[in-house]
Amino acid sequence: MAAEDLPSQFDVVILGTGLTESVIAAACSRVGQSVLHLDRRNYYAGNWASFTFNGLLSWIEQYKNQQEVQITELEQVWRSLIDEGEDAVPLSALDSSISNLEVFCYASEEEEKEEEMKTPLSSFQPVNAETVSEEANGDSTEAHDTVTGDDTTASDAKTPNEEHEVSEPKEDQHTSDISEPSQSQEEKESQLSSSPADPPVEVQKKITYQKLVKEGRRFNIDLVSKLMYSRGALVDLLIKSNVSRYAEFKNIGRILTYRNGKVEQVPCSRADVFASKQLTVVEKRMLMKFLTFCLDFEQHPEEYQDYTEKPFREFLKNKKLTENLQHFILHSIAMVTQHTLTEEGLKATQHFLRCLGRYGNTPFLFPLYGLGEIPQCFCRMCAVFGGIYCLRHSVECLVVDKVSNKVKAVIDTRGQRISCSHFVVEDSYIRDEQRQSTAYRQISRAVLITDRSVLPSESDQQISMVTIPPLESSAPAVRMVELCSSSMTCMPGTYLVHLTCSSSGKAQEDLAPVISQLFHVSTIPGEEPSEGAEERSKPAVLWVMYFNMRDTSALDSSSYSLPSNVHVCTGPDDSLCSDYSIKLAESVFHHILPDEEFCPPAPNPEDIIYDGDGPQAEGPGFDESTNTEADKSLAEEEGNSEPAEMDSVTQQAPLDMTPASEE
Amino acid sequence: MHGRVKIKSTAQQEEEKRKEKEKKLKAFVSARDAVLKKRSAGEHDEEALQLTRQLLSSNPDFATLWNYRREVLLHLETLREKDEVQKLYESELHFIEACLKVNPKSYGCWHHRTWVNTRLPQPDWTRELGLCDRCLSLDERNFHCWDYRRVVVKASGVSVEQELQFTDRLIGSNFSNYSSWHYRSTLLPQLHPQPAPDSAPITSPSPTTSPQFHSHRVCEEQLLKEYELSHNAFFTDPNDQSAWFYYRWLLGRAEREEMISCVYVSREGERVSVAFSKPVHAQSEGLMLVLDGQPQQVEWRSTHPRLRHSPVWLCDLPPGSISDMSNEHNLTIHWTEKHTHRDCALYTGCAESWCRDSATNLELFRSELSVEKSSVLQAELQSCNQLLELEPQNKWCLLTIILLMRALDPLGHEKETLAHFQTLKEVDPMRSTYYSDLCSKFLIENTILKMEYAEVRVFSLSNKNLTTLCHLDQLLFVTHINLSSNQLLRLPPHFAMLQCLEVLEADDNAIENLEGLYHLPKLEEVSLRNNQICKLSDLESLASCTKLTRLDLRGNPVHRTAHIESELSQLLPRVTALSL
Repeated sequence: MAAEDLPSQFDVVILGTGLTESVIAAACSRVGQSVLHLDRRNYYAGNWASFTFNGLLSWIEQYKNQQEVQITELEQVWRSLIDEGEDAVPLSALDSSISNLEVFCYASEEEEKEEEMKTPLSSFQPVNAETVSEEANGDSTEAHDTVTGDDTTASDAKTPNEEHEVSEPKEDQHTSDISEPSQSQEEKESQLSSSPADPPVEVQKKITYQKLVKEGRRFNIDLVSKLMYSRGALVDLLIKSNVSRYAEFKNIGRILTYRNGKVEQVPCSRADVFASKQLTVVEKRMLMKFLTFCLDFEQHPEEYQDYTEKPFREFLKNKKLTENLQHFILHSIAMVTQHTLTEEGLKATQHFLRCLGRYGNTPFLFPLYGLGEIPQCFCRMCAVFGGIYCLRHSVECLVVDKVSNKVKAVIDTRGQRISCSHFVVEDSYIRDEQRQSTAYRQISRAVLITDRSVLPSESDQQISMVTIPPLESSAPAVRMVELCSSSMTCMPGTYLVHLTCSSSGKAQEDLAPVISQLFHVSTIPGEEPSEGAEERSKPAVLWVMYFNMRDTSALDSSSYSLPSNVHVCTGPDDSLCSDYSIKLAESVFHHILPDEEFCPPAPNPEDIIYDGDGPQAEGPGFDESTNTEADKSLAEEEGNSEPAEMDSVTQQAPLDMTPASEE
Repeated sequence: MHGRVKIKSTAQQEEEKRKEKEKKLKAFVSARDAVLKKRSAGEHDEEALQLTRQLLSSNPDFATLWNYRREVLLHLETLREKDEVQKLYESELHFIEACLKVNPKSYGCWHHRTWVNTRLPQPDWTRELGLCDRCLSLDERNFHCWDYRRVVVKASGVSVEQELQFTDRLIGSNFSNYSSWHYRSTLLPQLHPQPAPDSAPITSPSPTTSPQFHSHRVCEEQLLKEYELSHNAFFTDPNDQSAWFYYRWLLGRAEREEMISCVYVSREGERVSVAFSKPVHAQSEGLMLVLDGQPQQVEWRSTHPRLRHSPVWLCDLPPGSISDMSNEHNLTIHWTEKHTHRDCALYTGCAESWCRDSATNLELFRSELSVEKSSVLQAELQSCNQLLELEPQNKWCLLTIILLMRALDPLGHEKETLAHFQTLKEVDPMRSTYYSDLCSKFLIENTILKMEYAEVRVFSLSNKNLTTLCHLDQLLFVTHINLSSNQLLRLPPHFAMLQCLEVLEADDNAIENLEGLYHLPKLEEVSLRNNQICKLSDLESLASCTKLTRLDLRGNPVHRTAHIESELSQLLPRVTALSL
């Protein structure tokens, strides 16, 4: 594809494709603003991204390289584009939001056993990482153009009309290169064949590292682990804006908690309470009674007014709830700390309860193919309404009018000057010089691939949310999400486990103690759990990654010294849901366009008039492609105000909505 | 530049929609006319199937079209090979499934599906069960589907065990489901029947075997599990009635067997009264009276013309047949239809005689609940009391406790029962009169028990807030009854069963109707002070009580009627002591 200059003027230029930025992009584009949406990375969603296993390995590589590579600034290129009366505010080329990344592999890998035994604490196993990056190179088509390379950017200037513009992992799964993994495996084997020959005894049923790599495409590993409250801001927005049609969702099947050394199911819905074997009938009644009270606790102030200044925990004690119940409510339903005040605890409980039953017996949904789908869905919406997308394409500096102190243009990494009225940027692009405050918090993350569920049950295809109260009083509470293969985030026979907590130190220090309580972590890769029954009942960790992610959610506009039409979006916060990011997007949008509606429902495809040709373009194929007449009419009549139809809405093929290319 | 998306205006959209609708309607009407024409012309061809298919897929509730379709299919069946018939009907099933997606509660669809399965040479029941499961997972209360599922289960021979697991699953996902609980109650007796008792119960006075012990009872081990399941449900949500109803079923027992509970004979009136355990229609039930070995031609009548079904029936013996006090007589009542009979001996020198089962040894009034071991009931009462402590206002819990107390010891728990009734009326005022009636019933039962323990024929129910009268068939021998100071509105036709009644006191009620004071042969004295008798005509039935001599009507509106005294003496000439 030939190099093509971008249009030189946009209403809004947005840098970063994380959730907040993508929602703003969709919202602006939807009401008719021209939007240029850029990301310096070669993938969508920034720190919200999901990766295949191989993709994640190359992400790890990139992280590592970024630590080493000295970025040479190309200041002279853009200096010449700054006129008099203008100031240039350079942006950061380096993303420092991820730190302390460490990877350990415990899956058996015959020949490499020795090395891994020796260096289990090193962040990267050299041999391993090399082979992996090679594979990844062969695998993903866009992965290796260097971020700064000027001559390779030709392919960047894509029009939003190309289908693969909004590339979705699930589409990747269907596209080509089936032979690739086996090829690379051969490569690897030949490469390693020189090492002292272990007899190639295949360990049956055991998942080797090679198997993970080979099946790497089946993984969609999120950098951020969040769930969607079924009545949270994100779900409401997805429904309201019709963006829900671009994704599919699965219910979280159960809420678990770790208590007295055991993983237990938390009875939270009526059906759970009914079926629970851990609770006595009296406890059942007390729990239901308390939860019913929480549903409209504001109506009964006399019940809690003496406790408004006291912790929720004390209120629970006062309510004569058994210890069992106090634990469930505090840690797993309200999900608050020991110190949270009563009213906040009641509100959290209420929110949890109100979300029950909308889609299932837990309050949560999870997007199939990973959370990284969601920003992409909004990007797609933006593109449908004319937004232009470029990956591996960033902004070097902002051009600020000295008089008005407003950004009037940006200069992109290809040296093009693009004028705009508003500039939206993700926090990690901001240089320290522009910051007033650098009081970040950190999120500690661990991603595990395990061989079975922490609580096996009849159905092995459930997503579980596990709350783990602080193991010691000083330690943070840990949130764990265990994804099954039917969530399309891991290969069959494995579970993908995300652990998240607010950091008190390095991710590994924060989370390894929890992992060793809940999982079997072998000292020798591929080793069978020891004979102790307790160890054998725990799932074995095959692979684990730790990292810290910067949590900038505490910052606001006063934290930056930037022109007033520059809107900084902070990255993911440490909470379970995405409400913070959605609210931020909405407030930025209203800042930019105070009089416009935020994400009004997108029209039905058949109501869109195409340039020149009306009826032909609206493809009768669309109607046929929906599953059944019934589904379609439901989706249409009840529209998206009726949440139960969300699934059927998503069955509509989203690609047909893309306007016909102008070429 | 990129084309901005243009969106049709609402007016444009609506106009398009309207046109679309119009077009559809036109097509529908013309297709309908074509089909009906074809049908009246008796055409049974593929085209008919095609046309009805189009119509039904947009409106599956058009019953005539399904009928026509059946006619066509039956005709086509005769023209085809077996394989083709199978295919024909299989495609019909697919079509119905599509229609069910349009309306999952279409009577026509489900009925047609049942019919197709009867025509299908090789029905695939597994697939049908799967369809039901999918349908019920979308709406667990779709009774059309429940009905159809019963047909499928019956035809396919799914094991009872599997079906019980099916109800487990549905109840587990949402226990507010009568269909599932009810289904369970039909499955359990099949799967875990109560073992037959070793010998016939000794207490049973009737030679016939009691039907209480087979049919719908469940063995104790399983019952305990079911109790636990119900506890889980009503402790989780005590306001959900489905589990409470199931629980009542678990605690309940089979209905009382039909039998002759009492035979009474009086020399003076030369009359026989027969009481049954349930209301019957004796004239059509083959009731035969044998006196001293001689079958008698008698005419059976109920105690009041308004009672066609009655628990008490009367007949007059031929004049002179038993009037001589020095003779001993043996009576036998044969109830041919139920193959049962009852004897009664009238000894020399006795003016009357009876043979009966008393309420005390039959534990008659415990029948509301169960014959389960009292230890089991006691445990259940404890569970309910535990719940009541947590939910003192819960009506289902209160009512269940009352029933359990009655099953265990009606007299011992009388005080608590009354207190619970009071609470019930307060927490559920909409049903307070129901509770009053139920409470009256229990109080009458208790009084009957007390009376029988005391072996007297005087029955006092005064000052008990009664709102209704019942169990009057148990009062066949009562000579004196005191109903004063209650809230009775009437003396119902059943009151005429008190064949031995001599004195009635019913002061201080709100009685306005005396229907039941009808042909009471021994009634001599009636006191109805301070009631609501308004018209002379309300007193007309008293004329049939030939022995009535004393009548007290003070404090009734009727005294305001003009010429009341003379009218009354004309109506009731035998009454000598009249107070107005």
